[in-house]
Amino acid sequence: MRQRRARLRRGTPRSAPRALAIQLLGPLTMLAGIVWAIAQPYRIVLLEHHGKSLYELVVQPPLLVVAVGLLYALVIAPGLVADLEAEGDASPR
Amino acid sequence: MLPPAETAHWLAASVALMIGLLLLSELIVGPEVFRRRPWRSYLWPSVALVSGVLLWVIAIFSTFSTIHLLAHAVWAQAAMVAGAVELAVLRGKLRSPRWSLVTAGALLVSGAAFLIHEQNPWLYSRAAFLHHVIGWTLVVAVLFPLGEAIRPRRFVWAAGFAATFVALAVLLYADRDGAEIFGRFGLGGR
Repeated sequence: MRQRRARLRRGTPRSAPRALAIQLLGPLTMLAGIVWAIAQPYRIVLLEHHGKSLYELVVQPPLLVVAVGLLYALVIAPGLVADLEAEGDASPR
Repeated sequence: MLPPAETAHWLAASVALMIGLLLLSELIVGPEVFRRRPWRSYLWPSVALVSGVLLWVIAIFSTFSTIHLLAHAVWAQAAMVAGAVELAVLRGKLRSPRWSLVTAGALLVSGAAFLIHEQNPWLYSRAAFLHHVIGWTLVVAVLFPLGEAIRPRRFVWAAGFAATFVALAVLLYADRDGAEIFGRFGLGGR
């Protein structure tokens, strides 16, 4: 984490906030799903799962929002941040 | 056994949310950085194309009503055409920014299909209400690809287009097959 911060600091002044924004998109999406699950716990049928199929357990909006955020954070964001850092290293100071 | 319509809408919402995040990412990092890895730049048009194919499957399940069948078939066709044109633009086969007009047309057709295929009065239930809100959202969102075709590479068009998919996701996630429009507030019929 510290190395990543140091690398971000080495980037151009414009690339660091952009990298931070990319890194925040996934967690913020997941947070939205968690807040929704807390606000409407009856949407999470895992809590009351009797007689429910696996499809009904998994396909619930708050869980789907968390899954999308997780997928973005794990698959899309790291490559984008790496490419932003590479651009920051390549550009003249 | 057919899954309830609301679960299909929630899955569609997830695809829309992912597209919205991808478009927001491109907006944040800029197209040069975003397209540095080819798989990433092909994601959005490919997802649009595959969504079109999957919408045909939904259309097959929509035989309970002719107008639902037609609406889903129209969405499938519109998504596939928009996805194919975006792929061709990305590959450099099509160069004119005017090809954004195809995306604008696809959004207009999709919005119109949403508005037309919901036969119930729009305060009948949450599903009916949301269909009308989504329809008008897509009709208004036509402005963004239209603007891109007329004055390309403006921030506002890309931001508006990305925000459209996030809004679409929120509206689709809010769908419930049998619910009052504003839930516990008890507004609207069932």
